[in-house]
Amino acid sequence: MAGDEPLPEVFARWFASRGWSPRAHQLELIAQARAGRSTLLVAPTGAGKTLAGFLPSLIELAAQPADRTMSLHTLYISPLKALAVDIARNLERPAGEMGLNIRLETRTGDTSATKRARQFEHPPDILLTTPEQLALMIAHKDARALFGGLRRIVLDEIHSLVTSKRGDLLALGLVRVRKLAPQATAVGLSATVREPEQLRRYLASGEPAGQLADLVTVAGGAAADLSILQPNAVLPLAGHTSRHAMADIYAAIKAHRTTLVFVNTRMQAEFMFQELWRVNEDNLAIALHHGSLDVGQRRKVEAAMTAGKLKAVVCTATLDLGIDWGDVDLVINIGAPKGASRLIQRVGRANHRMDEPSKAYLVPSNRFEIMECHAALEAVAEAAQDTPDAKPGALDVLAQHLLGLTCAEPIGADAAFAEVASAAPYAALSRETFDAALTFVATGGYALKSYERFAKIRLGKDGLWRVSDARVAQHYRMNVGTIVESPMLKVRLGRARASRTGGSPVLFGGRVLGEVEEYFAETMLAGDTFIFAGEVLRFEGIAGNEVVVSRTQAGTDPKIPSYAGGKFPLSTFLAERVRRMLASPAEWQRLPKQVGDWLVLQARKSVIPKRTQMLVETFPRGDRFHLVAFPFEGRLAHQTLGMLLTRRLERLRLKPLGFVCNDYGLCVWGLSDLSAAVADGSLSLDALFDSDMLGDDLEEWLQESALMKRAFRSCAVIAGLIERRFPGQEKSGRQVTMSTDLVYDVLRRHEPDHLLLRAARADAATGLLDLGRLAQCLSRIRGRIVHKALERVSPLGVSVMLEIGREAVYGEAADALLAEAEDIMMQEAAA
Amino acid sequence: MRALHHRPLTFPGPAIRGLPQSAFSVGGLEAVPHHSGALYLPSERALLLSDLHLEKASSYAARGVFLPPYDTRATLGSVAVAIAAFEPRQVISMGDSFHDRTGPLRLEPDDAATLRRLQGGRAWLWLTGNHDPDAPSGLDGEVADTIALGGVMLRHEPSHRGAEPEIAGHLHPAARIRLRGRGVRRRCFISDGNRLVMPAMGSYAGGLNVRDGAIQRLFDDGADVWMLGDARVFQVSRALLMPD
Repeated sequence: MAGDEPLPEVFARWFASRGWSPRAHQLELIAQARAGRSTLLVAPTGAGKTLAGFLPSLIELAAQPADRTMSLHTLYISPLKALAVDIARNLERPAGEMGLNIRLETRTGDTSATKRARQFEHPPDILLTTPEQLALMIAHKDARALFGGLRRIVLDEIHSLVTSKRGDLLALGLVRVRKLAPQATAVGLSATVREPEQLRRYLASGEPAGQLADLVTVAGGAAADLSILQPNAVLPLAGHTSRHAMADIYAAIKAHRTTLVFVNTRMQAEFMFQELWRVNEDNLAIALHHGSLDVGQRRKVEAAMTAGKLKAVVCTATLDLGIDWGDVDLVINIGAPKGASRLIQRVGRANHRMDEPSKAYLVPSNRFEIMECHAALEAVAEAAQDTPDAKPGALDVLAQHLLGLTCAEPIGADAAFAEVASAAPYAALSRETFDAALTFVATGGYALKSYERFAKIRLGKDGLWRVSDARVAQHYRMNVGTIVESPMLKVRLGRARASRTGGSPVLFGGRVLGEVEEYFAETMLAGDTFIFAGEVLRFEGIAGNEVVVSRTQAGTDPKIPSYAGGKFPLSTFLAERVRRMLASPAEWQRLPKQVGDWLVLQARKSVIPKRTQMLVETFPRGDRFHLVAFPFEGRLAHQTLGMLLTRRLERLRLKPLGFVCNDYGLCVWGLSDLSAAVADGSLSLDALFDSDMLGDDLEEWLQESALMKRAFRSCAVIAGLIERRFPGQEKSGRQVTMSTDLVYDVLRRHEPDHLLLRAARADAATGLLDLGRLAQCLSRIRGRIVHKALERVSPLGVSVMLEIGREAVYGEAADALLAEAEDIMMQEAAA
Repeated sequence: MRALHHRPLTFPGPAIRGLPQSAFSVGGLEAVPHHSGALYLPSERALLLSDLHLEKASSYAARGVFLPPYDTRATLGSVAVAIAAFEPRQVISMGDSFHDRTGPLRLEPDDAATLRRLQGGRAWLWLTGNHDPDAPSGLDGEVADTIALGGVMLRHEPSHRGAEPEIAGHLHPAARIRLRGRGVRRRCFISDGNRLVMPAMGSYAGGLNVRDGAIQRLFDDGADVWMLGDARVFQVSRALLMPD
């Protein structure tokens, strides 16, 4: 690199021609690159992050002769393939305007096989791709040649990746690439995060242990203009529909250029879209965008958005990340944001210029959510964030990676272990577990060693592991990745007609509207109506892998309640703030009067728990007895708690019948007087909520738990036990589900410590069952349970009891359901 | 439609232990369904097992799919439970006892010993099936394609027409019900009183929904279904049966 000038002349001229000057952090990154330092750049949206990441590469490449040998210089990884494509477009412009001779290509699942092959033979200077494609590339036998000359690795939106299985896969890919290209430096681009250390350690994966990448921080731009849309109407005690605020939301849309309306679930999106059109007297162009809509439909909305033709889009997390959708000047977040980081990310969608404030409204949909919204506002003001903690790398991902390594070239176990353990998520991996993963790849890793002669990889006399035949590598390529979709069914317009034989109805197919999760379809009966794709549809039946629906007459009300609890549970961080707010009456004055009054009433009728306490109320209602508890640990942890509590109450013969929960608390009801049981000492709440419920009770429940089976299925696919698809045929999610449930049952009984069960339990602990959080909660409240026996439900209690989505106690015990079915039979027979 | 015996029967004496079973009749023969998937015929003191698919996992392993190799012992475990419950004089495995022809050769020594122990002291008959059309090599027991027992024909694949009473397997019937928004799918017996199709007992054997045409067409006048619970069999109302 010639000259000490930070910016070569052609670049300086280009900046000047645009009327810009390079920003400090952009120059700093150039200096970092020259010093050969890996760096994390933390900057708010609109700070020119991407250009900062690429400038050092462009400068180095511009200085090279035009007739240089083709060699990959910079590898860029993005969490979304659309983002990779978008960035490529954005980079081509400056490169073109400066007349730089730089070859820039993308590589995604959509890239043709010939182009992918060509990229190995004639690599571009800069390749933009995704973690999955990186995994495929390092498993290629020519990986060493492709990455040998690499200088730079750019990881975009790194904060959104690190704590997921994709992040684990990427970390393993990163250490591999660094092994092949020791001279390469890594740059991570991230939005503002609470703990940059975590990302710095991640970025230093592959460097000597304990190292952190350097940090360059750009101070936050103009503070966001955030406020809570103060409803004129009285807010409901429960529910998630925000129906009360529709007029205010519509007025806000009307008063702005383009508005993004964020909701937490697909169902909320459908509902919001429906309600907005109900009040859309001016026929404003309001569109709908969520992940379940047909791809063609989504692309149309995105195109209209970019062209500035839309007044508002109602959308879910599918628009959370990355891509710039044009001139958005307002973001409305419906319901509580559930996490401060998500809120910041969403608000960042409005106004992509750093020096102007982003404007956003929060619309709480019930009284608890008002408190949560206030907590979120405070958090944003303090720039406090709640990104999840780092967790140990997933074992199923490790297994996948080890097979990939072996597909590329023979590997030695010692070297592979050292390499894997240099990836931040796997820093604490034991050699024993590593060896178990390697044995899993070879023969399934069972204590009963019956598959030795079918081994996929074998240990040679030279101490290296090799794939046993070419088909193994072929199968590996078909199964790469960490995203296992939950089984989805297509939603197709059709009509049911009874067949002549009186058997199953014959369904005539029409247009595909999108897809829904199988479990949602399973809860419906023919004739049920629900909202989807912006209209009220009638459920006709399931035919093969499709849900057949018909259109309803205008004005039909959907019968199936849109389950709207939200798929993100309340973050631990916001929960703590809400508990604090609740515990300090001085803070109530800052809340809207109706909320303050509600809390004052609670203090009078029952108790306001202190910050570290958990309130439990017991009371009769109708011919049932209720128990309401307020752990504030999020819906998933509460759901698990509800399952376990009812199991215990059952064993104590206290006849629980069902439970319901939301992000703040849960309510159990049954036939026994719980207040009396506490009073006479036959029920100890401390014992009821003791953390030993996470032992045998949990194990017993997990046997039947559909959630655990789902976690196992996903691990089995990622680890390569079950194939995602065979050449030429894609196995449907439904078929995979059937077989992995049987496998789970057998494995659980015969080898409970198997690697895949460990992986599935780890997933359950942090994901669907939120066991980790429940465990923390139970130890937090030990000895701090405040019990209040009441004559009737308390003001706080009402908001939990009104929640939809009740779970009955027979829960997932199949025999209880079958017995009920048999009773129905007997009644028929007796009639 | 044929009248069915819905009354629950309790069999006294040492022949049956454990829970009372709901019995029904097939072609006039008393039949007791067991939650393991086995069927007991008291008058013959015969226990029927169907579609054990032993060594299915090792069959997959040859293709590089390493399912846990415990399916055989899990299946034999169910067989043992059924044998202990009824103490039959004879056991008839109704075909597809092994997942493929060479399955018997791949039996782990422990599993082979378990099988021999189960066979001890009673007559054992292997009916042939489409997966195992030959006699299982190296194993005890007689082999036949079909056998008549108390006026009822036992064979692997159901015959398509014919009025003679019949018990068969092959189709792996399973039923799905839904109550209060929750679904349960279980293997099941299905019978119209003249013909009975047994559930598969193999631990990795999949199931075919009884609403599928392949099963429906065997029962022109409808049929009743007994679903396998964890601790007993449940006769389930026809009206509750759902497609998948």
